[in-house]
Amino acid sequence: MSSAQNPVLPGTSISPAEPPAPEEQAAGSDVADRWYRVVWSSKKARVGIVVVAIYVLVALLAPVIAPYGPTDGSFTPLTGPSARHLLGTNVAGVDVFSQVIYGSRVSLLVGLLGGLLATAIALLIGLVSGYAEGTVVDDVLTFLTNTALVIPVLPLIITLVAYSDTRGIPLIVGVIAITSWAGAARGKRAQIITLRNRDFVTAAKFSGDGTLRIIFSEILPNMTSLVAAAFVGAATGAIGAEAGLAVLGLGSSDSVSWGTILYQADAAGAISQGLFAWVFVPGLVLAILITSMAFINFGIDLLSNPHLRED
Amino acid sequence: MRYFARKVGFFVLTLWAVVTLNFMIPRLQPGDPAELMVQNLVGKNAQLNRAQVEAMRDLLGAPSGSLFSQYWNYLGQLIQGNLGISYTYFPYSVAEVIGMAFWWTVILVGAVQVLSFAIGILLGAFAAWRRNSRFDTSVTVISTFVGTLQPFWIALLLIYGLGYGLGWFPTAGGYEASTPGFNGAFIYDAVSHAFLPALTLMIVTPIGWILGMRNTMIMNLGEDYIRLARAKGLPDRMIALRYAARNALLPSVAGFALALGGVLGGTILVETVFDYPGLGRLMGEAVGIKDYPLLQGLMLLTAVVTLVANLIADLLYGILDPRARRAAA
Repeated sequence: MSSAQNPVLPGTSISPAEPPAPEEQAAGSDVADRWYRVVWSSKKARVGIVVVAIYVLVALLAPVIAPYGPTDGSFTPLTGPSARHLLGTNVAGVDVFSQVIYGSRVSLLVGLLGGLLATAIALLIGLVSGYAEGTVVDDVLTFLTNTALVIPVLPLIITLVAYSDTRGIPLIVGVIAITSWAGAARGKRAQIITLRNRDFVTAAKFSGDGTLRIIFSEILPNMTSLVAAAFVGAATGAIGAEAGLAVLGLGSSDSVSWGTILYQADAAGAISQGLFAWVFVPGLVLAILITSMAFINFGIDLLSNPHLRED
Repeated sequence: MRYFARKVGFFVLTLWAVVTLNFMIPRLQPGDPAELMVQNLVGKNAQLNRAQVEAMRDLLGAPSGSLFSQYWNYLGQLIQGNLGISYTYFPYSVAEVIGMAFWWTVILVGAVQVLSFAIGILLGAFAAWRRNSRFDTSVTVISTFVGTLQPFWIALLLIYGLGYGLGWFPTAGGYEASTPGFNGAFIYDAVSHAFLPALTLMIVTPIGWILGMRNTMIMNLGEDYIRLARAKGLPDRMIALRYAARNALLPSVAGFALALGGVLGGTILVETVFDYPGLGRLMGEAVGIKDYPLLQGLMLLTAVVTLVANLIADLLYGILDPRARRAAA
């Protein structure tokens, strides 16, 4: 899944983006260079941000927007779309449209938490490994990263989750995060190596700053755009992975997600019964969310690679 | 030589790590596998019978002794190709069950991967060469969107449209009318069943190649040797194919193996949706009925296949690109 569904694109991860020089950062007061303006300057990113904002609103306002509760099974089961039930009802007589609306909560939550956790792990491992380049610590961490990079993520996630009887969101988020940090960690290691020997780092060393301080307060601020891009990428992967797990019947047991809706639809033979909307809509809203997040990343790429800005 | 030694060394170490991980996964979980197994047989809330659990423990060849001796035992069994006994397909061993499904997936994924690679590389190279043309823009935009679609969802749509709607292709299983064997009827049967799963994967897998190839090729087109080639007045075609595309291809060779892991992952969901009798469906099944030995065997196999593919790609890369050898030395 991508992320799992969407693995690091071959050939793209090899070249670390050129980091902005520290001088440029200092000149950040120049209004034209503010990060949000750069991101917003990309048409794709604008579309992505607006769409994701709409999703967030829908998730927050789910109880207001959804006509019924996500588990309210008081309707005739297996009906097609109608005015009362825009997407019909499922086997248990639950309104599918309401499920789709509530499903946005799971996807966004898994994306946010999974993205944050995976990025944090990637940052820690990538930074330490890159800063300690050439030492045993680096060798061990690089080995760990390379190993994690070649193990197919989805089968591993499936195996880990399959063992657990209670499947809450925390378990799914945790498993996704600990299996999908590797690509980003490698990217960060590559970038810190290019940053480590810059003058401002040397200056900080001479002024007696400790290693941790140098990494986190001198080097890290220069990699914000890469971290942001990695976060969006990891969040996207986590959303896809959650959906994939749910389709296999390994979704969170206490909440409805778009993946679980698809699982229920598939299990109930929705397709052979002609209940098209039940299958079509959850996948579509998922695809639109993931596309929007990919679009946002186009905008973030402009930050780290000024060459792309002439659009 | 050092490059190759390093790559082989990394392969051995990763293999060991994967095997160890696979050994540890069930041991990190709470609960006794034999108890779980009996529980599954007799029902969730039924009273556990000690004798049953003991019998099951014997049957499963239950682990005994210290963790280390278990580990040693496990390695020994693995070397003999013994992955344990499948709960569901008892008395078949995991290796036998996997063997039955193996070729279905290998042929499906193999065909899809080779085709995807060829299509992706060609489209990507052409898009980069005609950068910012209408062709380039449409290829990039379509790829970006299609790349975000979930394979299982595409599968469901294809079943709905081409399967039920138009009735062109069977929507489930690997074959039906014929008996398996090397004859025309069976091959036709199998191919028509494989068509929709293959089409699903073919929609998704070339995307990575297209975008990766395009990016590398654009980067290469900005290099000095291309400028020199242009200055020498070499024909465009030659610059595009013999110079830029050839060099841009190199990173894709390494990417090919990594992508395999992704394809295998995607196959699990696609095969499950199509009920295609390959390794992916087997995994979906193993999850559903908690056949842990089977699940683990499949996980191990997937990882080992990806590792081997990676090693081959790495070695090939070292032969094709002398710079890689020097950089690693």
